[in-house]
Amino acid sequence: MEFQITMTGFVAVYIFMLAGFAGWVIIGGVPAILHTPLMSGSNFVHGIVVVGGLFALLNASTVPEQAIGFFAVLLGAGNAAGGYAVTDRMLAMFQTSGHKTKHAKHSQAKASHAKKG
Amino acid sequence: MLTMIPQLVIGVTDLAAAFLFMYGLKRMSSPVTAPSGIFVAGIGMLAAVLASFLYVFNVSAAAKPYLIVNVSLALVALVLGGGVAWWGGRKVAMTSMPQMVAIYNGMGGGAAGAIAAVELFGGNAHGATQLVVTLIGALIGSVSLSGSLIAWAKLDRVIKKPLRVMGQQALNGLVMLATLAVGGYIVYVMQSGASPLITMPDLIGLFFGCALLFGILMTLPIGGADMPVVISIYNAFTGLAVGLEGFVLQNPALMIAGMVVGAAGTLLTLLMAKAMNRSVSNILFTNFGAGGGASKHKHSDIKGSLKPVEAADAGIFMRYAHKVIIVPGYGLAMAQGQQKLFEFVKLLQAADVDVKFAIHPVAGRMPGQMDVLLAEAGVPYDLIFQLDDINDDFADADVALVIGANDVVNPAARTDKSSPIFGMPILNADKAKKVYVIKRGDGKGYADIVNALFYADNCYMVYGDAAAVLAKMIEAVRGLGLSAAA
Repeated sequence: MEFQITMTGFVAVYIFMLAGFAGWVIIGGVPAILHTPLMSGSNFVHGIVVVGGLFALLNASTVPEQAIGFFAVLLGAGNAAGGYAVTDRMLAMFQTSGHKTKHAKHSQAKASHAKKG
Repeated sequence: MLTMIPQLVIGVTDLAAAFLFMYGLKRMSSPVTAPSGIFVAGIGMLAAVLASFLYVFNVSAAAKPYLIVNVSLALVALVLGGGVAWWGGRKVAMTSMPQMVAIYNGMGGGAAGAIAAVELFGGNAHGATQLVVTLIGALIGSVSLSGSLIAWAKLDRVIKKPLRVMGQQALNGLVMLATLAVGGYIVYVMQSGASPLITMPDLIGLFFGCALLFGILMTLPIGGADMPVVISIYNAFTGLAVGLEGFVLQNPALMIAGMVVGAAGTLLTLLMAKAMNRSVSNILFTNFGAGGGASKHKHSDIKGSLKPVEAADAGIFMRYAHKVIIVPGYGLAMAQGQQKLFEFVKLLQAADVDVKFAIHPVAGRMPGQMDVLLAEAGVPYDLIFQLDDINDDFADADVALVIGANDVVNPAARTDKSSPIFGMPILNADKAKKVYVIKRGDGKGYADIVNALFYADNCYMVYGDAAAVLAKMIEAVRGLGLSAAA
């Protein structure tokens, strides 16, 4: 049995079409508040290019191929790691107003408001 | 048998990675699930990278003797590239985020271009289709690399002015044509076996040189204000290049992830352009966002005068208002005033003032960047409203507090047909009963247009650095509370 995948001609076009449609639909539902993290998140996803770089480098048989392959892995790894770090940091900041501790100030301000009024 | 199991593992892992990427992006569509979304996608990435080391079992015969060297090189590249980028991504200030995204995006484009170069130099691309796809991927990836670097330089203010020369469009067109011609010639030579005019490696080098040059020339004349859209375009470009190189390498994970990002990036670009009420081609090929030259706007058309007020007075007025809507802009971020702003907001909330934030889609230097900056300061996202959701609320707001924002509240976008921003949806801050504008000076906005709002009868200017002004407001309101309580 062979597990080598071959995609030629129309099969490739079908994959591209379906993936493109999926990307369009997935992003269509994202609120504007998340546009920046999302741009960064999709930037991270194309960091998968590092896998292609690894394939090219591992199959390199000449010095120029090795050099360019090294370059590809270097850049691809930077894309993936940097994209993850930045996106993760941004998303970690979003929180609801669930944990507010303003009740003490609240009553004080109310009292002052009443006096002034 | 020895080659079958690694192939199966790689196949299953890549399939899982492709699924996890899409599932992760889907989870990012809500702030609640978004952090887990990037985590899910991260697992997919990690698994795919680890599995790709199984390629060592299937390397071509020619590469076998170099295997140990290649694996070592791969590990060094992963640790070096990944480590430096990770460190940079963790350390960079939130205000510099767009630059970082630009750099990482350029890296992805460069990686796609480099893969294409390996395939071309190694003569691994067989058949006209593969060759053409490799070259197109190489072109798009290279443009994305050099273009992203220029975008970074502009956002980081390394390059301060858009560079424009006579006949620039024609020059760009020529470089593009030259790139395509060289690419076409490469295909012709490789397919027909004819001997090329210059050696093949030189020809390939020339092709990459032209493509990189085109990326630089295309980005240089675009103004800094439009860089977010440009980065978004290059993000889509990189995705596309990755997808195309995925086809060349016969790797479905690359194809799917690349094309998903290509489509998502395209949609995001269109959304951004729509928010600015401009077409993408208008952004790319006209010289807007100039930051000079373009400000031929007649000052005389605007009636009224600028009315400065003290920060303390403005602060106290808001303390006794019922409803305050805050319009933050990039000036707030530049002054690092988000923390102070939230402190002030908490004071107002404590005094029973209804406070909301109104965010324009293009506030900041990147759509949604303002949301991130406010979130960083701890502002809960349920206080933050987008343009369509809040614009009707301005009419019954007592105060609209505009901090470091300018073009996004310029009523000229509604009324003045000759204004470059005419038609752009704006926040109706001018409809509030009173408008306070915190601003560093009389300068114009990023788009260099005089703002009629500042001259309106209900508008008052509070001059100064946003953080300093907010500190004064906090002090004034606190002072009130104490004296009243005593």
